[in-house]
Amino acid sequence: MNETSLPKPAGTGHDGIDPIIDGLGGSGYIASRRIATAIFVAQNLNKPILVEGSAGVGKTELAISAAQWLDLPLIRMQCYEGLDESKALYEWKYGKQLLYTQILKDKMGDTLADADGLDGAMDRLHDFGDMFFSERFLEPRPLLKALQQERGAVLLIDEVDKSDEEFEAFLLEILSEFQVSIPEIGTVKATVPPLVFLTSNNMREMGDALKRRCLHLFIPLPDAKLEQRIVAARVPDIDERLKRQLVAFVQMLRQEDLKKLPSISETIDWARVLMLLHAESLNVDLVRDTLNVLLKFEQDFAAVRRSIPELTRKAAQA
Amino acid sequence: MQQTLENFLRALRAVDVQVSPAEAIDAHCTVEAVGYADRELLKDALCAALAKSVDEVDRYQECFDMFFSREEFREPPREIDVDSELVADQALAQLLAGGTGEEFAQAMEQAANEAGVANIRYATQRGLFMRRLLDRMGLRDLEKLIANLKRSGDPDDAEMAMRLDQGRTYLFDEARQYVNRQYELYARPAGEQLREEFLVETGLSAVEQRDFDRMHRIVRRMAKRLASRYNRRRKHTKRGVLDVGRTLRRNMAHDGIPFETQWKQTKIERPKIVVICDVSQSVAAAARFLLLFLYSLNELIASLRAFAFSAFLNEISDILEKQTVEAAIPEVLEKIGFRPTDYGQAFADFDADFMDAVDRRTTVIILGDGRSNDGDPRIDLMRQIHDRSKAVIWLNPEPETFWGTGDSEMLRYRTFCHVAKTCSTVQDLERIIDDVLKSYIRA
Repeated sequence: MNETSLPKPAGTGHDGIDPIIDGLGGSGYIASRRIATAIFVAQNLNKPILVEGSAGVGKTELAISAAQWLDLPLIRMQCYEGLDESKALYEWKYGKQLLYTQILKDKMGDTLADADGLDGAMDRLHDFGDMFFSERFLEPRPLLKALQQERGAVLLIDEVDKSDEEFEAFLLEILSEFQVSIPEIGTVKATVPPLVFLTSNNMREMGDALKRRCLHLFIPLPDAKLEQRIVAARVPDIDERLKRQLVAFVQMLRQEDLKKLPSISETIDWARVLMLLHAESLNVDLVRDTLNVLLKFEQDFAAVRRSIPELTRKAAQA
Repeated sequence: MQQTLENFLRALRAVDVQVSPAEAIDAHCTVEAVGYADRELLKDALCAALAKSVDEVDRYQECFDMFFSREEFREPPREIDVDSELVADQALAQLLAGGTGEEFAQAMEQAANEAGVANIRYATQRGLFMRRLLDRMGLRDLEKLIANLKRSGDPDDAEMAMRLDQGRTYLFDEARQYVNRQYELYARPAGEQLREEFLVETGLSAVEQRDFDRMHRIVRRMAKRLASRYNRRRKHTKRGVLDVGRTLRRNMAHDGIPFETQWKQTKIERPKIVVICDVSQSVAAAARFLLLFLYSLNELIASLRAFAFSAFLNEISDILEKQTVEAAIPEVLEKIGFRPTDYGQAFADFDADFMDAVDRRTTVIILGDGRSNDGDPRIDLMRQIHDRSKAVIWLNPEPETFWGTGDSEMLRYRTFCHVAKTCSTVQDLERIIDDVLKSYIRA
């Protein structure tokens, strides 16, 4: 393990958790105890966290807020099918290498002019450093960049479930040792291990090897109390009554049989929209006009349409 | 404390939360970081380190609560005079006389560790382990003491003996409950596993009513396993075969010098599957599970079309898509099932309405016994399905020796199947579907 590591929370046990909750709160992320505990363990064990949960519960936001709180650079890597090393780790600067060979060709004549015989020329050629594959021509991509940060970093590997299986295997070295092997150069090891978040939408089951190297954190949809606090943190100017009503409405909506349940990000968007419309409380017309912020499928909309008045009435009593 | 954690990890493994040695080390580090003092914190922290999926989190929490349920010890009766000379040199009697519930719990856990109660495997071992546990706690000395006191004839002694007897009853109760909890924790899940392993190999028609729930679970798990194996790779790079055209186009900017190489790729087509399922009387028992399997598969494979028939054939994709599993299967069975079979009619219906669903990329899976009640089997239509599709696979719940006997048309249908196999257990089902999906990856 490395001697240097991320700033660790001062206390152990109970004392370690509250600062994390406060810290994340300072950057506008209301963390449950479980989330804070996962981060606490991650910092102590130097392990990546695999964050799972349905879309929009704040998986990515967690990493962004953590970076803000720790005052570390956030390095983000979006995964997709077909992502490979050259886009994730490093790439050679081909153009510059091309120029370099051109210069080499020009200079070669001068340098080797006074060498005697072919053997002499070869000896002299070998004396030159092998510049072609050196760090100079290396273009670091997110993963390498995260390892190179001197103060450490927060590395966000977003939607890792969308990447290919081969890429997942390739991640293992980085996640367990915080180092990567570049065949032409050697092993690059992190000076300070970054705090790594992997997010997954459960498009596919992640491999056991990857899971074993990570801590696991599942973020569920929040209960009404927590959601109210989250809305208050994200939309600070919102009217108290409106906040209570809209959260109650969304909570009820989640009990319906919908294709895509509205998650926190949708609640926040809706709160912003209602703010823009200068609403002070929910009413049926308002809900009907703005419901497309919450529901993303026509079928869902049709399923709920009829029960809007009732839901609104119930929410208004909250 | 290390022993406690090790035992907890064993209990977790017993409820099917995978804990590898590496994770065990993580768990120890975690405990070092958070300490034992704050129960909730310990629970959350270990949860992050050990439970790696949503299902596992549920199981973990249940197991944690059960494992660390120390409060369940009652306080000892404490009706005995602690300072009495009679019990001065008896640790157990002292404990019964003046110990707190916490102290008592500690003593019992220590004794349990020494006696290896965590190794319990079967319900019948409970008595044995309880005896061992009590022996370690010093029950023999206590019993000797009680016997001596009773024999002495002194009323004070008799009084003491009675009190100690009460203490002993308390001790027995607690020990019994403790061993029961340990059994629940370490052994019962193993028994459950045994039962499931047995079910996997039982014939589909022989599964008993009370095992249906368990069967649902097994089938769902199986379908999920298959899907995660095959839903992954849709594209795969042929390493080493250069796509010259694309490479040249890509490198125009570099003066045609091939810096960015482009490799040939083959796209793997996602399986397109049509399933035709017999739900008539003759296969009634097996039909349930075939449907269940279909349902699970339908959640996972996007392009699956399912049909069911007994006398007439209907598409059931919609029902499987929209209903919950509890509602879907009875609905299909009620609408279509349990009538006398007519394969010829079913194929005719399929030909009339749904033949379009079959093209050269489609694998057709037929589930049924091929017993057509002596009706026209419409071999011609079977041939047509065979010719249009990529593969026809027939799964028959009957053993091969029965094929062709009585009204079975199986031998004639078999000619037009790429694969015809007996499929009588869940295990068969998984193996065959596995093969079907594998053929797509290899193609």
